[in-house]
Amino acid sequence: MSILRVTDLDVRYGQFRAVRDVSFNVEQGEILAIVGANGAGKTTLLRALAGANPVKAGTVQLSGTDITHMPSHLRVASGLALVPEGRKLFLDMTVEENLKLGRTVGRTGDWTVERIFETFPNLVKRRHSATGTMSGGEQQATAIGRALMSNPDVLILDEVSLGLSPLVVDQVYASLDGLLKTGTTIILVEQDLSRAMAVADRVICMLEGHVVLDSPMGETTREAITAAYFGTAPQGEHA
Amino acid sequence: MTNILIQAVLLGGYYALIACGLAFMFQVMRVINLAHGSLAVVSAYAVWSLSDTFDMSPFVALLAVVPVMGVAGWLLQRLVLERAVRGGELLPVLSTFGLAIVLDNLLFQQFGADTRSLSPMVGDLSWEAYELPGNIYVGKLPVYILIAVIVIIGGLDLLLKRTALGRQIRATATDPDTAGLVGVDARRAAGIAAALATMTVAVSGAALGLRGTFDAYAGAPQLLFAFEATIIGGARSLWGVLAGAIVLAVAQSVGAQIHPQGFLLGGHIAFLVVLFIRLALKGKAPLRLAGIAQLTRKGAAQ
Repeated sequence: MSILRVTDLDVRYGQFRAVRDVSFNVEQGEILAIVGANGAGKTTLLRALAGANPVKAGTVQLSGTDITHMPSHLRVASGLALVPEGRKLFLDMTVEENLKLGRTVGRTGDWTVERIFETFPNLVKRRHSATGTMSGGEQQATAIGRALMSNPDVLILDEVSLGLSPLVVDQVYASLDGLLKTGTTIILVEQDLSRAMAVADRVICMLEGHVVLDSPMGETTREAITAAYFGTAPQGEHA
Repeated sequence: MTNILIQAVLLGGYYALIACGLAFMFQVMRVINLAHGSLAVVSAYAVWSLSDTFDMSPFVALLAVVPVMGVAGWLLQRLVLERAVRGGELLPVLSTFGLAIVLDNLLFQQFGADTRSLSPMVGDLSWEAYELPGNIYVGKLPVYILIAVIVIIGGLDLLLKRTALGRQIRATATDPDTAGLVGVDARRAAGIAAALATMTVAVSGAALGLRGTFDAYAGAPQLLFAFEATIIGGARSLWGVLAGAIVLAVAQSVGAQIHPQGFLLGGHIAFLVVLFIRLALKGKAPLRLAGIAQLTRKGAAQ
């Protein structure tokens, strides 16, 4: 059975339909990459899954339970955690305080503050620093760690590489590597197509709120994804 | 002069007691609760009624009133503030202003124009004093009030900085949406924070009744002093509010030394000077000015 089942999802900002009739399933342990141009509705979709944006129509089921209209904190308690775009750390709190906040819902599991520091060794010396004073890479690691502290079944990563230098992105993905192998179900939005193709089992491409491509990574090509990305014939490199 | 300063610090303790709840609400929920003074008077009447009816000590009555006011604060958050905050910065100010008018007039309807005091119910405590070297006498009650405010501010400070609930409240204060995304029940955290704030209001209401007299419309001056102390001290830290309250009380006392009518004026001048310095330094005027405009109107309505 699919761990996450999204059916005919419709999310609006006022009159604007940011996500239109989106349906897809995610299997246990799968890594799903969502790609698409800016404004395609990726972030809106993820925020709707996490409960941060209200759903106009359609349903979201997590492990068979309907969570369409569940408040976000209860979704975390049910095992769905989002690392939001732009990290959204509590900047006046320390790394440790941010991490401890992540365990508010009290789900049992392997993740502890100490294990987060093992996974992201660059945070160790920053343990008691206010996160507002840290570099982008350290902040991103803290944001991922904070989400992991809730021991999620489904982890959603929204543009973890946004605003980071390529070198730091490599570091973040290197530390995510262990996580990717633990069997946690992961949905990630990634602008770097090569990277998305390297880590994900499946890819969904969005265009103007619709899903225009949904395929296992092995059965599609860079050209097919690029074509879907622009909604046209292949045009070479994307922005 | 030493005597004046010592007495002013003790008076500042009382101002800090009323101000800490107001500052806590502002810090945590970004809400200026203009019903704050009226809620203190409601608490004072509640303590007075219990003591009067059951012939009990006001301190025992206060133990019963604190949790009741906590529930009232939680309801205030759920029924009024939570909705008002969604309407922008000004709406909570307006709705709590309205609530203050309703509360004041309900109290007037119920208790009439007679002034009440809790001091006859505590026997000698209302005039007992400690003698300090240099022929200085400090009242026991103001000392107790100062101790109470230090304990309350210290407790709230520890709660915010050291406990899981405190982290949840701070997270909710900074960004309720993101707090929800990391699993914090933001409504619950805000409700608890409001309850804590009104529990401190209950204590300040009892202090109001013990220090002197109060009537149904005594809320506005309490709110004014609390507001001035908060602005002088800066709403960021509760210890700052204590410092601001002491500065306010010292300014009032010095004002009273200069001219018999100078008590309030001295406080207002200190408040305005600090306010304009802050505005000049930060250039962030709208929210505070909105609060001042409301206070002025409240004063004029008296």
